[in-house]
Amino acid sequence: MVHIKRLQEDGADIIAIVGEIDASSSIELDLAIAKSVGEGYKKILVDCQALEYISSAGLGVFMSYIEELRDKNISFVLFGMKERVLNTFSILGLADLLNIRENKQEAKKLADELSL
Amino acid sequence: MSYHYNTGCSLNNLKGVREFIRRSLDGQEVSDLELGAIVLALDEMCSNLMIHAHHCNPDHFIALNIHIPDKGKFIFEIIDDGSMFDINQFQEPKLDNLVHEKRKGGLGIRLVKSIMDKIEYLHEGGKNVCRLTKTI
Repeated sequence: MVHIKRLQEDGADIIAIVGEIDASSSIELDLAIAKSVGEGYKKILVDCQALEYISSAGLGVFMSYIEELRDKNISFVLFGMKERVLNTFSILGLADLLNIRENKQEAKKLADELSL
Repeated sequence: MSYHYNTGCSLNNLKGVREFIRRSLDGQEVSDLELGAIVLALDEMCSNLMIHAHHCNPDHFIALNIHIPDKGKFIFEIIDDGSMFDINQFQEPKLDNLVHEKRKGGLGIRLVKSIMDKIEYLHEGGKNVCRLTKTI
């Protein structure tokens, strides 16, 4: 089960993921990112502090947006990952393809720099 | 030591699969990161099987066995009677291609191959047995 909340802070859309993302729930992450992109946000932060688990279905969602985000000049930064969740990204080498920061402050800073 | 679990092929049951593995390996001196990786690999194998061989039919069942013959040695078996889906025969896509083609699948197999030491397929008593071995 996963709960996804969105809130806006300093012009950035923050997508907070609470719970576990697997093949049964990755669609919810997909919808949340699609909405955020569709609403025209140029800075999107993904709060992973309460993300307990992610499988390849969730990783695939992030991967599938990489080009669209680049084409639309959207700064997209994930933050607050637990070590075991970050490990899943690292096993596949995705940690190099996505922007990942330790906390919200650093994520906001990077998003600001990327959108200059 | 051996543990056994049966579940229907609904993706909503993946959470139960993960809990079974965590519970079975509790007290085995497996680090949080290693346990996380093992849980992930088995989740990927079960979801693949549920989706591709059983079309998520909750009335179709798969069985999971965990054998721990020695300390630090783990044998996981996933047993079903659907069509066999051998991931050793599957060429995993390159990451660049996945990004370009906006594909959401194909990463799971790469994960399983990275995490497990050995992946074998057997046919026993009319059933498919996928055996994954991991030594820590």
